[in-house]
Amino acid sequence: MINVNREGEVWVFAEQHNGRLEDTPIELMSKARRLADTLGVKLAAAALGNNFKGLAEKLIHYGADKVYLVEHPLLERYQTRSYSKVMYDLIHKHEPQIVLYGATVTGRDLAPNIASAAKAGLTADCTDLQIGDHKVAGSGEVHKNLLFQIRPAFGGNIIATIINYDRWPQMATVREGVMPQPKPDTKRKGEIIREDVKLSRKDLTLEILDEHKRPKKVDLKAARIIVAGGAGVGSKENFQLIWDLANCLGAAPAATRAAVDLGFIDHDHQVGQTGTTVRPSLYVAAGISGAVQHQAGMSQSQKIVAINNDPDAPIFQVAHYKILGDLNAVIPGMIKAIKEKGIKEGNTENN
Amino acid sequence: MGYNCVVLIKQVPDTKRITVNAMNEDGTVNRSALPAIFNPEDLNALELALSIKDEFGGKVTVITMGLPAASSILRDSLFRGADEAILITDPRCAASDTLATSYILSCAVKKLDYDIVLCGRQAIDGDTAQVGPQLAEKLGITQITYVEELMELSGKTITARRNMGNGWQQVRANLPVLLTVTGEANTPRVEAAKKIMKYKNARSKVEVEQEIKSANTDADEQNPKKLVEERCNLLDKKGLLIKQWDLDFLESDLNWCGRSGSPTKVHRIQSVVLTAKESKDVEPNEKGISDMVHELIKDKTIA
Repeated sequence: MINVNREGEVWVFAEQHNGRLEDTPIELMSKARRLADTLGVKLAAAALGNNFKGLAEKLIHYGADKVYLVEHPLLERYQTRSYSKVMYDLIHKHEPQIVLYGATVTGRDLAPNIASAAKAGLTADCTDLQIGDHKVAGSGEVHKNLLFQIRPAFGGNIIATIINYDRWPQMATVREGVMPQPKPDTKRKGEIIREDVKLSRKDLTLEILDEHKRPKKVDLKAARIIVAGGAGVGSKENFQLIWDLANCLGAAPAATRAAVDLGFIDHDHQVGQTGTTVRPSLYVAAGISGAVQHQAGMSQSQKIVAINNDPDAPIFQVAHYKILGDLNAVIPGMIKAIKEKGIKEGNTENN
Repeated sequence: MGYNCVVLIKQVPDTKRITVNAMNEDGTVNRSALPAIFNPEDLNALELALSIKDEFGGKVTVITMGLPAASSILRDSLFRGADEAILITDPRCAASDTLATSYILSCAVKKLDYDIVLCGRQAIDGDTAQVGPQLAEKLGITQITYVEELMELSGKTITARRNMGNGWQQVRANLPVLLTVTGEANTPRVEAAKKIMKYKNARSKVEVEQEIKSANTDADEQNPKKLVEERCNLLDKKGLLIKQWDLDFLESDLNWCGRSGSPTKVHRIQSVVLTAKESKDVEPNEKGISDMVHELIKDKTIA
């Protein structure tokens, strides 16, 4: 068990593969920076791997005060036992008060294993993190400056704020894409601490035989404009309307789970609780009723245009522009209006 | 030779069918308004275990921790081909978070002979995907998460393909292992008519108690304890008694169970009400749309 250490640092697990830092630890840095500043403690990144080139510096540029660097040939590739063992030892040695992980396949494989070893709390898939006080019902005891681990639960129908005060560290995995990436500051200076670890072959319980990366067909997270269609679009053929509007705006085409399940478009395009979380400048939602599961993935868009023929569609509650009408007429109208205003043709690939 | 598979399953509220009635006014969830179902990916874990038994022989044991009503998914597992079903039910399990749950489950799995432990990737009520990896750590065995295909099982090694979201990874490990299984792994078989006939009267002890209690409203001067015992013995003889374990039987350290074993606590629950700060109705005609597009260009939303 790890002690409650009020002076403990805030840590981010710097997930990397083949020396390349993943997006999620970078996304985590700006939020983690704020948490550390609020608590008045240092922000550190823990990077495990082999033969890093410039990775620690990069983490410092993104906001880390310190980087704990563990380089070892047996850490060349991620696997649960070896990484869990090293992270546990680091946590045990330095007693950070907060440890954050991206809720990636790797983060969701690793963090619970560490939590079990450390007998610490862990909250999965957080969408926000804050520092706050908690009053225990009954005893009235107040715990100050805890990590509020905020996440949707129950299929996105409720938002739960989770805390842990009697056993530390406070750990959470954070959803990909819910926090904006900070701008790197190449002048930032920080401390790089090399850590020695004892690892043997028997810590590698997996033999990785083969790996295949399938590049995503579309990068929704990076898109400035997204045009999304739901089941209301009606058919795969009619989904061409979504592609057309997306092309005309230079936008990424997207869809709800229902539209993906109906085969209108590939799963890579799915926005929502079980798809990608996006925060574009403009989100056009056509034929989307706006179930909470979908809203969980897009409600942070700066502007939302909703087109629906059902006045009671929940999507209208979050829309900035509400168009009550038939998308089959409205979308061509939008395309016409955009072309008339001289917007250049986008170059989004249509497949 | 055969492999002993232990499948951990969970009964969950069907979060896909949430209606207005499912939320209480204070923002908490009204569980009684939701149908309770077999967690979908746990069915995939069960199917994988059954297909291992079909090919290599061995035994499939299903375990669930939950309220007495969770006996129904154990029966469902027997209908689909599981050999043995175990209910862990104990009021002291209440309020367990994933850490305490994995501890209690580890006490149960340790009572069994196993080669492969299988869990669904995650449960739809919490979507945490934590209990599997935590259980693997507590058992001290290798975990393979996000399994989408079992490639090979031979002797004491297993080869599986993991779904990495942006691709796949093929890994090999020595048994025993714990797998978390995704929805893409297989199509779960349906209940077999013969098995339904065989197991429809299978009951756990707590169900027998409830049945006797509700049948005996007039409170006959019968000794209900004795009656329960007799009925359970009879079921056991017919192979229809769902095993029931409590924390005493599991010899669990109560400090690690329930509320005291759970480091995470709820600070606050809010129901989701999302609203736009300012909104505008746009007429679905040429002028309305043109004005909106003009505004979006003017404020540089589209450029």
